[in-house]
Amino acid sequence: MNTYVAQRLLLIVPTMFGVTVVLFMAVRFLPGDVVDQILGDFGAASPETRRQLEERYSLNDSIPQQYVTWLGELARGDLGTSITSGRPVSSEVKRRLPATFELGSLAMVFSLVIALPIGIFSAVKQNTWIDYAGRSFAIVLLAVPSFWLGLLAITYGFIWFGWVPPLRYAQLWDDPVSNLKILWVPAAILGGFLAGTTMRLTRSAMLEVMHEDYVRTARAKGLRARVVVLRHALRNAILPVVTVVGLQVPVMVGGTVILEKIFSIPGMGSYLLTSLSQRDYPVVQAIVLFTATAIVITNLVVDLSYSVIDPRIRYG
Amino acid sequence: MMANQAASEVLAAPVLEPRPRGAGSRYLHRAARFARKQPLGAFGTVIVLVLVVLAALPGVLAPQKYDEFDVTARLQGPGAGHLFGTDQLGRDQFSRIVYGARTSVIIGFGAVLIAGLVATIAGVTSAYFGGWFDTIFQRLIDVWMAFPGLIFVVFIVSIFGNGRMTIITTLGLLFGAGSSRVVRSSALTVRSMSYIEAVRATGANDLRIILRHVIPNVTPIIIVNASVQVGAVILTESSLSFLGFGTPPPFPSWGRMLQEAQSQMQQHPYLALFPGAAIALTVYGFNMLGDALRDSWDPRLRTRA
Repeated sequence: MNTYVAQRLLLIVPTMFGVTVVLFMAVRFLPGDVVDQILGDFGAASPETRRQLEERYSLNDSIPQQYVTWLGELARGDLGTSITSGRPVSSEVKRRLPATFELGSLAMVFSLVIALPIGIFSAVKQNTWIDYAGRSFAIVLLAVPSFWLGLLAITYGFIWFGWVPPLRYAQLWDDPVSNLKILWVPAAILGGFLAGTTMRLTRSAMLEVMHEDYVRTARAKGLRARVVVLRHALRNAILPVVTVVGLQVPVMVGGTVILEKIFSIPGMGSYLLTSLSQRDYPVVQAIVLFTATAIVITNLVVDLSYSVIDPRIRYG
Repeated sequence: MMANQAASEVLAAPVLEPRPRGAGSRYLHRAARFARKQPLGAFGTVIVLVLVVLAALPGVLAPQKYDEFDVTARLQGPGAGHLFGTDQLGRDQFSRIVYGARTSVIIGFGAVLIAGLVATIAGVTSAYFGGWFDTIFQRLIDVWMAFPGLIFVVFIVSIFGNGRMTIITTLGLLFGAGSSRVVRSSALTVRSMSYIEAVRATGANDLRIILRHVIPNVTPIIIVNASVQVGAVILTESSLSFLGFGTPPPFPSWGRMLQEAQSQMQQHPYLALFPGAAIALTVYGFNMLGDALRDSWDPRLRTRA
């Protein structure tokens, strides 16, 4: 068990190293740089001005040199300074992360609240109208693009319900009512999309264990149906569900990017899109590295949680 | 491909279908059986077929060409003249949706084809050769998968431009990396089968074993994976277009139609309605079809029944 954890932890080192290299190269390969953006505002500029600007943002160093400098700063916990705003990236991230995190977590809660009960019911009542309704619902959820629902919510939400997202985004701790008034809609949309996958997987995993001998035994010895389903079946069926919930983190990140844009939520996703178009290297690098780290850590937690949930892996 | 498979060593399950006379009636018979056993799958097939016809013959089915505009008929609501209304340039929305089917179909099938190739080559070689090759290869895939898909595609499109081929290849690589894991794990099982050992004992080389014995036995998994991916690819393409990183105008894409509609939406909500419904219906059709194919083809599900 301990060697497994150690091995799994060690694997993160090469992965994260690879992530930094790929990310850094990808950002440098983007056509045009921030100097073009600045000079674009002032028309044609002399090569001298260009050189000075490049020097100012240390873009004239060789690429390996720039990479090493960036890694060094990262090691000291410095995410760099935004070229366009001149402010440290970390302070901007600190301001924007809560919105994205809240949107993501809320979506995850929505998704589990929708997916688990329906998935379990669908399996327990296999091939009844409950099952058919549940499965069709899941497929519809998977098919409807979340950005379309977002657009419809903004348009028809106003026409039919008079729902208008507040003009100014308020943080949860400043004004919870106004904050939730805007966030619950995109969170429900994203959660619904994620729920489709989770629901289908919960159903098939439950179906698989419902036919096992120990479930029949539990039923035969007179346990209540609820206990059989929740304690005997669900506990054994939950493993693939945990995996897929972990694997949904990248999907969730993509979803927050789009929904933040539609609902004008000042989160990480909208920050990434603007910084990318402005070629603000430090910001793009910081945000993508941040999400990549989040994904790597989630995968790690998923892997490790197996051994907690499933004793066969712990002692195997 | 399927006949080849049934004849191969592992899937020696007897095929007990009655053999009707002509090839045509055999396919009809099979289609009828599929429709009876998988009604939702048959419904999905109908949607997919309609989509493919739209994509193949948009010039015949659309009342106008996709870039034909009429400034005197801007932003007209749905009605007799324009079934789905017109946009801010006076272009017929219905025609643009018909042409947009081509974007979705080409990118959907193209990317899934590439994803299947990538997943097969990567998954099978990694599992077959194993050892340090497998270890290093899987770490590379770890790195690949650490980037959120949509952001990855946005990056590649910013670097290499938004040509149709670039988008197809990128989406193919993205989805291929994910399914290579699935292919790898089933190739691992196949590799440890005793018939592989037997084939090797007869003196077959690695290439022959991979091509003739490993790949045919993982093909059902690959096909099943691909059939459920088409919908996801189309959804990703439309998100990409919605963000402004999709295929270039003026050829329509449903995602970009929604993006263009965004500024007019409050006054003209119908602009947002139809392209989105087209995406949803298409993805729904592909998912239904994919599900049904999985149920009838997946050997893992078949043995359990």
